[in-house]
Parts: sequence; structure tokens; C-alpha cells
Amino acid sequence: MIEGSSTTDLLFVFMLAAFLGFQLIKRVSPLLHSPLMSLTNAIAAVVVVGAIIITSEGDATPLAKTLGFLAVLAATINAVSGLLITDRMLKMFRRKGE
Amino acid sequence: MDTELIVQAAYLAASGLFILALMWMSSPKTARRGVRCAEVGTVIAIAGTLLRHDVVGYDLVLIAMLLGAAIGVPMAYLMPMTAIPQRTAISHAFGALAVGLIGIAEYYKLASGLAPGSFPLWALMLEMLLGFLTCTASLIAFAKLQEIMPTRPIMFAGQRLVNLLVFGAALAFAGLMIFLPNSSQYLPWFVAVALLFGVLLVIPIGGADMPTVIALLNSYAGLACSAMGFALNNKLLIVVGALDGTSGFILAVIMCKAMNRSFSNVLFGGFGQVAAAASGGADDRPVRSMSAEEAAPVLELASSVVIIPGYGMAVAQAQHRVAELYEHLEESGVEVKFAIHPVAGRMPGHMNVLLAEADVPYDKLVELEDINPEMPQTDVALIIGANDTINPAARDDPNSVIAGMPIIEADKAKTVMVIKRSMSAGFAGIDNPIYYLDNTQMLFGDAKKMTEQLVKELQEL
Repeated sequence: MIEGSSTTDLLFVFMLAAFLGFQLIKRVSPLLHSPLMSLTNAIAAVVVVGAIIITSEGDATPLAKTLGFLAVLAATINAVSGLLITDRMLKMFRRKGE
Repeated sequence: MDTELIVQAAYLAASGLFILALMWMSSPKTARRGVRCAEVGTVIAIAGTLLRHDVVGYDLVLIAMLLGAAIGVPMAYLMPMTAIPQRTAISHAFGALAVGLIGIAEYYKLASGLAPGSFPLWALMLEMLLGFLTCTASLIAFAKLQEIMPTRPIMFAGQRLVNLLVFGAALAFAGLMIFLPNSSQYLPWFVAVALLFGVLLVIPIGGADMPTVIALLNSYAGLACSAMGFALNNKLLIVVGALDGTSGFILAVIMCKAMNRSFSNVLFGGFGQVAAAASGGADDRPVRSMSAEEAAPVLELASSVVIIPGYGMAVAQAQHRVAELYEHLEESGVEVKFAIHPVAGRMPGHMNVLLAEADVPYDKLVELEDINPEMPQTDVALIIGANDTINPAARDDPNSVIAGMPIIEADKAKTVMVIKRSMSAGFAGIDNPIYYLDNTQMLFGDAKKMTEQLVKELQEL
């Protein structure tokens, strides 16, 4: 396994991503704050990655499988509906004459 | 090639795509490209995960994903735009629930092999705490927005103490589970207390504070995702969680600033109630009122009109009629702009989405700081369903409960028209001096019907 970064490595990644987040979000026009929240919520549905691992491991217990199944379901609903509805919202934003 | 390398490369690519997605969200011109990026990122992250060595049973995962897509697609297309705040709240609940459930499964799998007090245990407890409290808090926010529950703050004696005790209990259980070996018997208690704390956190918060609360819950959901990344040693989850967490946090700060209030005041203030008690007797000063028939020519003859929408426009679902009014006035050569207060509505950017849906071009939607210098030269300020966001008392009366809140200075326009059902107070429960000004005309009626009448009168002119 390549995985298994040290705790400090992970904290570095978190800190840099948080600073990047501040800089990126500050630049988002207030016009788009609703779609922004919708989008960030949709991408946070990548927790489905964790849910898939929990559900489909070879030695998963029935409890893990049940919890994992529900988690995959909830996260997929979020990812699919969140991304589609964000796009639906953004499609409506037009300039005059566009 | 080593599959593990491919998996990590997929996570790296997905992280990059999510960062690009947020970068492109900065402007309406590139925002849709951002969504495409996020879609590709999500697919790559899932595909990468399915390649992992430890992922062997695909059947359950595929069933759950197909089912999720079957529910998610119709949800996205059938959801009316007026329900966006509710949808956002319920999706925070779903996301946080997923995080919490994964946390439980991980805990049972990993805890016995972890040393008491070790970092992954801390991360797991934080993940579950944030996941479960955000889940119930978002459900309550949803119930309030959907008006299944009363939108007024729910307060009881000793509320702060109870909240503090419940939160303390959650931390105590978390501490036991972090430092004591074989302490999994506390898990159900810990989960129950975290769920309860989520409920207690949101019931004292009123409807107009929802923009801040939704943003804050967005942030918590993100941090829970990061915590999961720490527990699973997964950098993709850490990056996405940090982006989501900071995004929600910045939006919450913007909302607080737009109300000149602090976080603790929003979370523990019980704003509506305190203010209602302070307002006392009703004002019986005279107001001037106008009919649609009288108001239409004034609008028609104006050279500039600023329309100021508020939550009342959303409640009456008047955005399409307002857009028609805008079109008619523009056709008659009137310069029309919309002034958008950051906290107008029930979530950040709520008014913008509703007006965009009604085909109002976004370059007509002007922010508070940009419109205020123009207000003194404006012929008519037309207020549709806004109240506290245009209350001059916030600027003029240092004793007002909303003193210091930035407002749209509608009172500086040559004529102020207010479409309002009756003289009742706004969310803050305080009187609004703008109604009694000499240059103010009240247009009594439902926002949708009144705008409809104005459009009809304009057509006849």
C-alpha cells in the first residue's frame, strides 16, 4: 500500500486545502451563492468513496454492509441530485440579450 | 502497473478537478464548466475506488448507487426553484448521515486495533459527532423551511444550560471512547447525544436566520468529510472537506456581517422573541396608500426604478410577475435594477436564483454596496416583500435591535413604494419607520396579485 501518510502529512494537506478554499470562495460572486452551496454539498458526497470501501470489503460484517449500503445510497442521492440541480440553477443565469 | 498507484492518481485527479470546479464558480460565465468538472471528478473518484484491492463485493454498492441515482435524478428535475433552501437543508442531512453511518462502521472495524488516545480515534469521534449533529440539525432546518415546524424560535427556560450539558455529555462519551480500551458500549449513547444536540442547536433559531444556519451546517458537513479523511487516511476526502468547510464558513461570516451580528448571537440569540417583546404597542401614525391604478403611472413616468425583493416575494411566489413588471418598465424606457441584500430570503443567494429563474438578466441584480450610492438619484424604490433589510432604524436608531445592520437605503429614493399585505412587523418584530415617511406610498395587497395588477395597469396606459 502506498497509503498510510503520517498524521502531520494529513494536517499539511488539510491546512493547504483550507487556505486554498478561503481564496477560491472569496472570489465567488454573491450572485452565485446558492449554486455554490449546492455544488460544495454535491462534491462533499465523495464520502461515497469511504462508504464503498466499508460496504465491499471481503471481511465486512453484516452491520458494516447495512450501514455502508445506506451511506452509499444517501451519498449517491446527494451527488446526483446536487450536481444536476446546480447545473439547472446555473443555466438560468443569463445576461441581458443572451 | 500497480493498481494502488492508479487509485492514488485517480484521487489526485479528482482533487484537482474539484478545485477547478470551485475556481470556475467565481463567475456565471464559467460556472457551468465548473459543474462539469465536479461531475468528472466524482466519477473518477468512484471509479478509482472500485479498482482498489480491498474492494471486492460490487453487488451491494451497485444496487445502492443505482437506487440513489433513480431517486436523485427525478429529485433534481422536479424540484421547484422556490424549494431550493429546503432541498439544500435536506441534502446536508443526507450527506451528514452518510458520514455518521460510515463512522460507526469504521469504529467497529478499527477501534479494537487502535491504541487508546491515538489520532485516528480522535478523527473518528469528530467525524461521528459532526456527522450526527449536522444530520438532525439539518432535518430541523428543513422542517422549519418547509413549515412543518413553526419558523419562530422555540425557547424554554434554562435552554443554554441544557444545551451545554448535552454538548458536555457528547464530549464526555467521546473522551471515554478515545481513552478507554474496549469502550464500544458507549457508542449508542454517544450517537444519541450527538443527534439530540443537533436538534437543540437549531430549534431556537428563527426563519430569517436560516441563511447563516444553512451556511454553517454546510461547513460542518464539510469538516465531517475531512475528519473521515483523517480517520481513513484519505487525502481526497480531506481536500474536499476542507473546501466545503471553508465555503460554508465564509458564507456564514458574510451572512453574519450582513446582519451586524456575531455567530454566538445567531446561534444562541433567539432573535425574534427578544425583539418582539421589545417592540411593545403598535404605531398608529398615519400612512399614505395608493392603488395599483395610481401607482402604475408613477412607475411609468419614472426614469429609474430600483426593485427591492425580500422573502415575501418568495413566499407569494411572485418572481415571475415581478419579472413581467420589469420587462414592461424596461420597454417603456425606465431603467430598472434589482437591489439584493445578502440576507434576503432563506439562504445565501436565494433572491438571485428566483429572479434568474424568472428570466431577469443577472447584470440587473445589484449588490447592496453598489446600489446604495445610486439610491438618492432613484425615482422610485419599489419594495416587494422586504422589511428588515430596508429598515432605516438600523442606520438611524442606535437603540434598535437591528442597529448597525447594513441596509438598502430605499428611504433615500424620491418615492418609496411598499407592497405589503398589512402593517404587521417583519421577522425582527420591530416597527419600520420607512412606512411613515412623507415620500412613502403603501400598496396594500399580496405581492403576486399587486404586481399582477401593476402589470395590467401598465399595459392599459
